[in-house]
Order: sequence, then structure tokens, then C-alpha cells
Amino acid sequence: MKGFIALEDGTVFEGKGLGIEGEREGEIVFNTSMMGYQEIMTDPSYKGQIVAMTYPLIGNYGVNSEDIESGGPKVEGFIAREFSKITSNYRAQDDLLNYLRKHGIIALEEVDTRALTKHIRTRGAMKAVISTRDNSVENLIRKAKSSQGIVGRDLVKEVTCATPYVFSESPREEGRGTQDDNSSSGFAVRSSAGEDFNTGRRTPDEVNSQLATRNSQLSVVVMDYGVKMNILRLLRDLGCRVIVAPAFTTANAILAMNPDGILLSNGPGDPEGVPYAVEEIRKFLGRVPIFGICLGQQLLGLAYGGKTYKLKFGHRGANQPIKELATGKVYITSENHGFAVDLASIKDQPVRATHINLNDNTVEGIEHEVWPIFSVQYHPEASPGPHDSYGLFARFREMMIDFKQKVDG
Amino acid sequence: MDEQENEKGQLPNPIHAFTRTRIYASTVSLERKTLPKRTDIQSIMLIGSGAIVIGQACEFDYSGSQACKALREEGYKVILVNSNPATIMTDPDMAERIYVEPLIPEVLEEIIRVERPDALLPTIGGQTGLNLAVILSERGVLDKYNVGLIGADYQAIKKAEDREEFKAAIESINLEVPRSGLAYTMEEAKKVAREIGFPLIIRPSYTLGGTGASVAYNVDEFELLARRGLESSMISEILIEESVIGWKEFELEVMRDKRDNVVIICSIENLDPMGVHTGDSITVAPAQTLTDKEYQAMRDAAIRIIREIGVETGGSNIQFAVNQDTGRMVVIEMNPRVSRSSALASKATGFPIAKIAAKLAVGYTLDEIPNDITKKTPASFEPTIDYCVVKIPRFTFEKFRGTDETLTVSMKSVGEAMSIGRTFKEALQKGLRSLEIGAFGLADNRLPGLTDVEFIKQKLLTPNKDRIFYLRHAIRLGMDIEAIYNITKIDRWFLKNIAEIIECEREIEAYAKDLPIFSDSTNSLPEDLMRRAKRYGFSDRQLGGIIGTDELTIRASRKQEGVRSVFKLVDTCAAEFEAYTPYYYSTYEQENESRPSDRKKIMILGGGPNRIGQGIEFDYCCVHASFALKELGYETIMVNSNPETVSTDYDTSDKLYFEPLTLENVLDIVEQEKPDGVIVQFGGQTPLNLAVALKKEGVPIIGTTPESIDVAEDRDKFKSLLKKLNLTQPENGIAVTFDEAKEVANVIGYPVVVRPSYVLGGRAMEIVYTEEDLQSFMERATEASPEKPILIDKFLEDALEIDVDAVADGERCVLAGIMEHIEEAGIHSGDSASVLPPYSLDDEVIERIKRYTYSLAKDLNVVGLMNIQYAVKNDVVYVLEVNPRASRTVPFVSKATGIQWAKIAAKLMAGKRLSDLGIEKEVQLRHVAVKESVFPFNKFYGVDTILGPEMKSTGEVMGIDARFGKAFWKAQLGAGQDLPSKGAVVLSVNNKDKRNVVFIAKKLSDLGFTIFATKGTGKVLVNNGLDVKFVNKVSEGRPHLVDMIKNGEIHLIINTPRGRNPKMDEVAIRANAVQYKVPYTTTLSGAQAVVNAIESMKTGRLSVKALQDYYK
Repeated sequence: MKGFIALEDGTVFEGKGLGIEGEREGEIVFNTSMMGYQEIMTDPSYKGQIVAMTYPLIGNYGVNSEDIESGGPKVEGFIAREFSKITSNYRAQDDLLNYLRKHGIIALEEVDTRALTKHIRTRGAMKAVISTRDNSVENLIRKAKSSQGIVGRDLVKEVTCATPYVFSESPREEGRGTQDDNSSSGFAVRSSAGEDFNTGRRTPDEVNSQLATRNSQLSVVVMDYGVKMNILRLLRDLGCRVIVAPAFTTANAILAMNPDGILLSNGPGDPEGVPYAVEEIRKFLGRVPIFGICLGQQLLGLAYGGKTYKLKFGHRGANQPIKELATGKVYITSENHGFAVDLASIKDQPVRATHINLNDNTVEGIEHEVWPIFSVQYHPEASPGPHDSYGLFARFREMMIDFKQKVDG
Repeated sequence: MDEQENEKGQLPNPIHAFTRTRIYASTVSLERKTLPKRTDIQSIMLIGSGAIVIGQACEFDYSGSQACKALREEGYKVILVNSNPATIMTDPDMAERIYVEPLIPEVLEEIIRVERPDALLPTIGGQTGLNLAVILSERGVLDKYNVGLIGADYQAIKKAEDREEFKAAIESINLEVPRSGLAYTMEEAKKVAREIGFPLIIRPSYTLGGTGASVAYNVDEFELLARRGLESSMISEILIEESVIGWKEFELEVMRDKRDNVVIICSIENLDPMGVHTGDSITVAPAQTLTDKEYQAMRDAAIRIIREIGVETGGSNIQFAVNQDTGRMVVIEMNPRVSRSSALASKATGFPIAKIAAKLAVGYTLDEIPNDITKKTPASFEPTIDYCVVKIPRFTFEKFRGTDETLTVSMKSVGEAMSIGRTFKEALQKGLRSLEIGAFGLADNRLPGLTDVEFIKQKLLTPNKDRIFYLRHAIRLGMDIEAIYNITKIDRWFLKNIAEIIECEREIEAYAKDLPIFSDSTNSLPEDLMRRAKRYGFSDRQLGGIIGTDELTIRASRKQEGVRSVFKLVDTCAAEFEAYTPYYYSTYEQENESRPSDRKKIMILGGGPNRIGQGIEFDYCCVHASFALKELGYETIMVNSNPETVSTDYDTSDKLYFEPLTLENVLDIVEQEKPDGVIVQFGGQTPLNLAVALKKEGVPIIGTTPESIDVAEDRDKFKSLLKKLNLTQPENGIAVTFDEAKEVANVIGYPVVVRPSYVLGGRAMEIVYTEEDLQSFMERATEASPEKPILIDKFLEDALEIDVDAVADGERCVLAGIMEHIEEAGIHSGDSASVLPPYSLDDEVIERIKRYTYSLAKDLNVVGLMNIQYAVKNDVVYVLEVNPRASRTVPFVSKATGIQWAKIAAKLMAGKRLSDLGIEKEVQLRHVAVKESVFPFNKFYGVDTILGPEMKSTGEVMGIDARFGKAFWKAQLGAGQDLPSKGAVVLSVNNKDKRNVVFIAKKLSDLGFTIFATKGTGKVLVNNGLDVKFVNKVSEGRPHLVDMIKNGEIHLIINTPRGRNPKMDEVAIRANAVQYKVPYTTTLSGAQAVVNAIESMKTGRLSVKALQDYYK
């Protein structure tokens, strides 16, 4: 089965179709992670995007029900140089090609993904069509040109949960997503947030005993703009009660849940496409500790009165160096974003940069100088990628405890 | 913190007190305020790794050279010590002070005393450098002279190297190591073995490259191996370990800086599971069969380990084993230093680990160092690659007949090739043809028509050098992946990929079968199949072999179909950023990234994987050629497949092509780059073998023409050349069949030297005394060099052998050096110790040698380097061999004379004249340099150590001093022969030597040695008035000579072989001498030199002098 990826600038890459026969549009992006394809394809932030893996050999270890970040694949299409025809890993429950087929994902192999990557690097991420149905290159280019793209579009509504729920590992039904038939077998994430990369301020025991005296558990509301499950897992592992709320939940409804903290999750697409979320965030700024991740940081930036901008081709991979400005320490992080906050545009609020990406000096972390709010553009929850920044979750917990102490006395 | 109460909803006070600077910008640039490097140290000492041995090869020249460059760039004074002259790091411009001196603590202390370095960087000289740093530290030398260890301190080294401490450290951070116990005696060992149960691994502490580590499946094996392990450990300590044989094996290359930033440079997965030393395993980068969850757990573990062990800055290598059914992960070991794997990781990713490690050691942090390749991004990241890298070891068991060829946890390979492809299949096949073992891919016609499934199963069960090829046969015979997995435990993913290669091979076969038998030479494959085959890594030669045509026909027809290779970049970042370093590999894809410049350019073909006879010396020459041609303004292009080398460092040449050295791959690069010249004479036999074919394809080969090379190689043409020049050669003849050989031998008379033409390192070369031996030789010879004629020479017994290196510009010729072999003719020049300048030739003979050399250079029209071997007997100078190319001795001669001859030769090849370069006449030395060879016998237990015409040494050291005696002493020390100044010497010589041994024995007796001798030798000595104690040969009853060696009662052995076939007891003597590190010599001329050295030891102390001072 022949397959094509046609770009809006008229460039076409040919490959071999492997998933299903079909055609989808999306923004073409590349990811440089060498492992973690299952986490990547199930990351809701990829909604609306066709992902090309720069590592050429994909599918080697199959798929399992634990390494998922949501109920099923979210990518619009998946491209690699070669998909493995065998699965080899003791945790594997299915092979990748079956999984792709089952979920109706179009996959292409035999593509010169390096050439594709270089093209995206020089021309920027752009609208594209992936097809294993239409062999007419001209048609496909035309379709790519007229596709809607992701700028200004609300992709969040397609991946956020339909109703609030308390997290207990198994994935929930999403907006238009389908319930995944895989059930979790509870694979333990070996290093949990409190353990290794705790900044050393307080041990989990100390925290628990403090909390025990007040006979309460920290309660976190996660605004689900397309949240990755590992964020929920890490909060849970820190002893939090995790309530996941749909993106369209009002600030009043959130505050009524009386949370100790709010986590603004990652999610797909253009932050300017979800003005309703920004409106609601603005209402609880300063009233409760907030931790923003990825799209969460961008929405915060907009809520602060600032602007966001689109990066040429974004940061997508598991090897991005992030410097913490306060300490000079470098963390290797997982990233997946095409938009960023223009810090200079925030005039109304006292905020400062806390982290930058050393590759291009993009602002990757922002904190409010007065309110208990901080956010990062990268993915401290990793999955896939290094666990270097798990400590941020511990920091969020600290922040919530401090806040709670002050409020409760 | 403000304790004031806040009402809910009010603004709380700032919780985090971070920096006060507010940054209002979408991007932030950080100004560097002060230089972060250390200013409290000015001079840094580096210790190299010495001679090339198994387990420690030229990767440490690569790392050392990088470190030297990096530290000098920062303005530090570098003091370098290495006994190995064939290294780039010992080039005079690599460090302020270079000492080519023996790597022993006493010598290092002396250098420290003289040079007073502020710091010692112990982590770039392999295990040798690290061990020496430990000893210097323990002896208080570093404290005494106030030298600080940088990179890794004493505690960290001990914690990583000492098995017990390491185990405790790992367990303290909640990680697992295999269950194990330490033993210092056999009794303790047996106790531990009982507790853990078989199979067991026995690992001696403090050795090189896993020496002595072995697997025992039963009690008998255990007793033997545990004893050997205790013997080979420097501190008589072994670790007995739960076997994790068959588990998946991984390595991570980790770097840490002083701010505790830690990054993983590369993950490596071994195709051969646990049980085969990683140096002997086929390895793949990056890891292929780990999920991100498992990989991150491993990454977390690696970070915890480097922190716990306390390697402050620099690189470490950590090995893990993973159970494929349960995922249980155990830590195997850690090298707290730059290693062979880090060289591989550097070449595999483009991230220069040694260079960065050196910068981190002087105080930089990773984010302060730019990534050379992208220029705009920092080194504080984890490389990501968009290709697959395969490393395949190269073995030379054929040199050590009778040794156990099973691959175990003790390393046996002598070199390796690395290859890069977009898929594992492509990289594997490229790697196999890079090995130059006659296989042009997986379809290996050296093992034809295997049909015995049981035999193949056996070959799969026991790891061996050809196992990868037996996998193919197993699959072709219908064994399924599951069955093969059960036997080999090689991951199914690798097996499936191999099966896919074979499926493709079968498709091609099926297509070929339908071709008309007598079709014309345009036989080829349909485009889609051709493209797939190329994308699976099939070489044109392999395809030709299957279809029944030659490689050039395949090449022509596929080019017509538009199936051409393209070149992709190695850029550390999978194309995320623009790369500025032209480091390429070939593949079959859409886009070609190579952009040829319009500069004048010269391409240099490297030597491929190290092997005995072709190693670092040739890489040294290639690197020098590149440097020299850059000086002349040329763009230089390097082609090589050996990841250990300096030549494959991306900043050695203007462009690097990491490719197999085959006609196909070289032609591809030539067509891409269109170089003005191609140099084939520096990389050893590998590129030379391509010369004629390349020239035929119109490739502009510069320097001595392939025709001249052919004259020198072709026996008949050479014979008539010598006749024309009126030069003498030993009587000789040529033969293809045994009958012809018999006739020749009868005419010239036994003994004769026999050898196949076109081989290097004396492969399959022998001295033959009888017709019977001649017959068996002829049978074996065809294996080494099929279809090529056999050369038969009269063997000149007891002749002096002379090696000459010379440079010529087509008109004039200048001798770079005349080296006299210490051992007499009959021992391969690569194995013989040799001395420069000659010490027993008279001036008239030297003049004759010069004249002969001039006339040969002129007549062969040599442009560049030339090596000639002469023999001198009864004042007649015989020409044994002329090689119009770089020789193994070029680096030695260069270091001894202070002139970089390879550079000069490269410039001559580019059209310069000797007079342009100021080379007018031969150099007169005021000092003496001795080259001594180093052998891998300690790795091949029980193999006879006797030297002969077939080369067996892996490396060399140089001893340099004012007089021969001391220079020879230093050379011996450097080679690990610690000559005694007193004690007991045992003499046991053959009849021929009995007369001459008297003088030597007399000298030793005068020097205060107790003389032991075996019966025959002893009688002669007694008759000559010497006081001799008799000792039993092994066959004569106990206690015998070997008992005495084991008891440490013998300090020097002089044992020359009786007769052409080694006697069992002689083999036992020599093998035990190796095991118990008793200095020994197997020739009388060697013994004479030893006596000379002992004399000078007695009359003076060891002094050191930097090369720079010799050259003044």
C-alpha cells in the first residue's frame, strides 16, 4: 500500500502504508525521542498533529496497557523509517501495527524521515495530509493547503474529559475520544515523584505526618485540557486526591470543590483557541496554588494578560536541556510544544522567568512573584523521557502545604 | 518567611525566594560573568595506556589526544607520559612535555619530581592509567609532590574498582548486583561457590579487559578457573558471581559535571547476551528493545550510581543486565573513566566524550561547553540519533592455533569495525563487510552449504566469532526464531531482522534462478528488489555473488535504475538543529546531504578494524597525512570504519566518511566528492588491496603508482627488478601447487620461508624444514589467500635483519631510519625488538644499505614512503622485501628521530619535493631508541609463545635513552618485562646455541646471578668452568623448571627452541613464564641484549627525559 505525506508548501514524501487505509489532515511535526512511541502517540497534546519519529526503528517493543498517556492514540498519523515486524519485550501485550490498525491510525514507513525532519526544521511545522487512499499528489497538496490547521483552533474540546472524576489510574472517556479497551494492570512507575528528585525539603513521611495531624489529604483539581496520565499518577503517588475536571468547568465550580491546588494540564494546539479556559483561570489566579504544565503555562500566560506565539517547528523530544535560573542546574527534559509564552508581553502581573531552554533560550518556566503560581513549558511528568524534573511535583505539594498552613493557621 | 496570617482569598506572601532579577523577554541570554575554569592549576599530567593490547587499543590514543587538545586549548601546560610511540598523543605538538617512558610507578614518580604538575587526570588512559594513578596515590607520591587528582579522586576510583566496595555502594542506593562473594584463597572460593550455585562467573579484581574472568558450569571447571583467576588478579582477589548468562546486556555512557548535572550520552544494547565480554559482542546503539519506562529506570539507576560512586566530573560507563522474562535489572560494573565503549559512543553519536570530560575536569559545566557539531546548542543535552549503529569485533584466532575460540567473559578480539545505517539490517551488513574477513555481508560464502542442523545448533549454543553467520544458516535451514532464541538467548528482535535479510536474499536467489544461464553480463535485479536489497545493506559484491555476476556489473546496472547511495550526517540531534561538522555515512534514501566543496581535495583511505599486523601505526600515518595536506591547503577527506581511532575523530580531517573500506563504498564517495587525489599507501594492506581496482575505475591515486606497488608485490617482476639493479635476494621460487613448491624447495634447499603473496603481518608465513611440512603448509595457505601464488625463499639462518623506512619524491630518496632487529632473521619484523640506529653494523654495510635503498626508490619511482627489509649474512646484504607504502615502523622512526615522516611523505605525494621540505639527508641520532613488541599470550592460555615468521604482537613500546643498554631496559619495562638485577636465571638452549650461550652465562654469573640450567646446557656451561645448578625439565621428574617458576624461584628465563616443532615442556615453560610474569627470551640475540640491559641497570639508575629535549 503506497502512502503519502503532502505538505502545504507542495512538498510530498512517499512511503508505504501500514496502519489503515485512509486519509487525515494535521500539522506535520517531528519528535526526536528514541523510545516511548506509545506514550507519544497516546499523548493528547498531539491531537491535530501528524507525528514523524526521527528515530528510524519504531515498534520494537510492541505496546502494553501501562505505557499509555490517555485512552488511545491521539495522533492523526504516525510516520517512521521502519516499523518492526516483530515485538520483543516481556511487557508487550500487542504489536504496534495491530494497535495502530485497531485504532484506525494511518501509519507510513519507508519514509526518508531525516529529509522530512530537515524540511520541517527549515520551513517550519505546517499543514499536511497523510493518505494511504489518494495516490494523486496534486490532490493531496491541494487538500493540505485547504486543511484547517491548528492555529486558533480549539482542539482541547476533543480531548478533555466529559465529566469530572476522581483519578484512580484507569483512563476516562474523553470528549469525542473512544473508550479504550485496554485495562491497566497497574505497572508501578519505579521512581515516584517524592523519591529521587525531591529537592530535599521534606520527606514524604514528614508531609504525611503533618497532614495526618490535620486529618486531611491534599486535594488537587487537574484542569484537563488533554492531560497526560502520568501527571495524575505522580500527583496520586504524592498522596494527593486527584480530581480531574473538564476544560470547560467554571472557576466557581472548581473553587467550590475547595481544592488545595489546581494543576493546569498540558493539551493540544493553540492556546488562543481556548479563550473560555483563559477566562476561568483568570478568576482563580491568586486564590489557590497553581501549577501549569505546557499548554497550562501558555493559558496562564494569556490569563496574566500576555501573548503567546508559535515556534517555527517547536520542541518535541526527550533530550531538551532546561536551565533552572536560580541554581544554574541543568535538567534534561521531555518537551512537546509548538507555542510559547512571550514573557515580555506580560505587563499586568509581576512574573519572572525561572527556566530557559539552553538550545534556543526560550522561556520554559515562569513564576508569579507574589502569588503561589508557577508553571513550566516542558513536561516534568516525563513519560516518555527523563525523570529529572519530578521534583517540581514535590515543589507543588510544598506550595500547597505552605498555603494551607497559612490559610488554616 | 512571613508568619502573618492570611485570610483565604487574600494574596499570600511570596513563597519562593528565587533570584530577584526580573526578565521581561521572550528569550533570555545568559552572560558569562567569569571564566569558570580552574585557575589554581597550571599544569596537568596525563598518563596514556601504553602498548596496544587486547582490551586496551587505540581508543585511548583517541581519548588522550582529545584531552590533550582540550586542555591546551584552555591554556594548561600538559605533561604526557606514554610508552607507546605509535600514538598521536605522543606527537611533539600535542603536549608541552612528552615522555615516552615505561608506564611504571617509579618512572612516573621521577617525571612528577622533575615536572611538578599541579594535577593528574587519571581517567583518559584506560585501566592502565587509572591503576597507575591509584598506585601513585597509595604510595603517597601525589601527596608528596602536591599533585591533585582531577576528574575522579582516589575514593571514587576505589569504590568503582573494588568489587566489594562497589557492591556495597550499589546496594546502598537500592539497586541490585548479581549475588556474589569474594575469595582470596581456593578454600574461600569453594565455600562461596557452594552458597551461590552453578553456573558461576569468576572475576579477578584489578586486571585489564576482563582478563581471567570466566564461566564455570561445574566443580572441575570451577577449580581450574578460580585458581587461574586468583593468579591473574593483581591483589589475588576474585569475585564469584551468580551467573546472569543469557540476560540482555546494556551499557550507558554517563557524564557528570561539578554542578552535578548528569547526562546520558548513549545507550548500547548487546546483540550477544550476557556471557560474552562486551568487547567481543556485536553491539548496537541505541538500545533497541527497552520501553521508555525500562530505559528511564536504567537511566535513573545510572545517575544514582555515578553520584554514589562519586565520580566528580567526566564520563563513566555503566553496564546492566536485564532478565528478558521478568525485567529484573542488575548492575554489572562501572568504569569510572573514559573507556572503549565511550570511544564507540562518541563515534556513534558525534558527542566527543573525552574532550568534554577533560573540560569538565578543569571546572567547566556541561552548559558552558558548546556542542561542536551544532555550534549553537550546548553540550548539556542527551544526543539523539536517527540511524542505527552496529559494532562488530574482529578476531585473529588463526594466529594462535590451538587456543580455545569460545567467546567468554574474557575479551579476545583485537579490533572492531563500526557501521552506520538507517536500519539495523543495513548497519549489520555494512559492519560485516567492514571487518574484512572475506564476508561481504551476512551471506558469507566462506561457510558454504552447511546442512548439518546439529552442527549448527552447537555453533549457536557456544558463542564463537562466526555465530552471526551460523544464525543465517540456521534460519535458512528452517529453524524458527523461537528455537534459535531458546538456544542463543539473542533477542528475538535481532533474530527477526536477520531473518528479514535472509528473506530478501532468498527473493534475490529466486529471481536469479529464473535468469537465463548463458545470459550476457547485464544480469541485474528489477528496480524495486534492487532498492530493497540495497536498503537491507546488501553489497554489490554479495548481489553479484547471488546472481552470478561481478560487483561492477551490479553497480553499473543499479545506477542505471537510479539506485544510488546518498550520504547522511551524524549530527548528535537527529536533524533538529543545523550541523556544521561534515561527518557522513552512506545509505539508500531520498535526500543526499553531502555537499562537495570546490576546493582542492585529497581523500585518505584508512586501515579499517585493528588486527594483528595492521593497527594503530597505520592510523597514525593516515592522521598525519590529513594534518600535512591541511597544512598545504587541501581539503582532506578521511574514510575509515574503525571507531577506536583518531582518524575517525570528526575534527581530524575536513570531512569524515564512516564507511566500510570496500571498492563499492569508496567508489561511492569518490563519485560524490571527486577528489583530486586518493591516498592508498597509509592505511596498511586494506586500501592497498583496493588500489588496482580503484585505478581501473579512473580514481586518481597519488604517490607511488599501483603499478610500482605491483612490481614490488609480484615476485617475478620484483626478481627481474633486483636483477636489473644488480641486487641480491635469497634464492627463491614461486609455486601455486604443492608439486611446484616441492620442486622449488628442492632446488634452493631447506630450510625455506614460505608465504602467500599479498598478505600483511606474515599471515600464514612459516619456516619449513621438510617436505612433509611443506605439504601441510600448502594446504593451509590457500585459506589465507586463495588463488594467489606462494612465495618460497631460502631461509637465511642466523642472519641479521634490517628494517629501513625511507621517503622519496620520485627523484631523490632519504632514509628515515635504519633499524636493526635484535632477534635474528626468521622472526617477523613486527614481533622483533629493533634498535635505531643499528648497533652492530659497520659503516660500509650501512652505506651499501643506503645505496640499495636509493636505487630501489628511484627505479620503482617511489613517491612517498617505502619500507625495505634487508638481511645481512657474511657481509652480503640481501633484499628480502620492498613495500612502497607506509610501514608499521613509521611512527617509531618518527618519534625516535623527531621528524614526522608520514607528514613529509604525504606532502611529497601532493607534489612537493624533498628539497622543498628541507629534507636533505639522513638524520644522525645522538641517542638510541629501542622498539619492543607486546604480545597477547596472557589472553590465549596455553598457546606457545615462541616467535616465528607469523606476526603475533598486538602493540609496541619504545625505550629511549643515551645508550643501548638503558634504552633496551626501558623498552623491556614498557613491555611489562621487569628485568631482574639479581636472583636466579635458568638457561635451556638448543644445540646450535650451546656454544654461544657460554658467554652469556658467564656475563650473568659475573653480574651476580645464580645460574640454573637443564642437563644439556648445563654440561656445556660446567665444561666451561661455570658454577651451575641443574634443574629438571618437565619430563624429567619433579621438582622441575615449571615448579620453580610457580614458586617464584626463577627471575629470568633464557630458552631457545629445540627443533622446528615446539616440545611440550618448552611450551609449558614459556606459557608459565607469561602467567607468572617472569621475563624470558627465546633467542640468544635477545638474551645478549637482556644481559646488556642488566649491566646498565647495575651501573646506573633509570632517568627520564622528555622527547622535546631529545630533539633539541
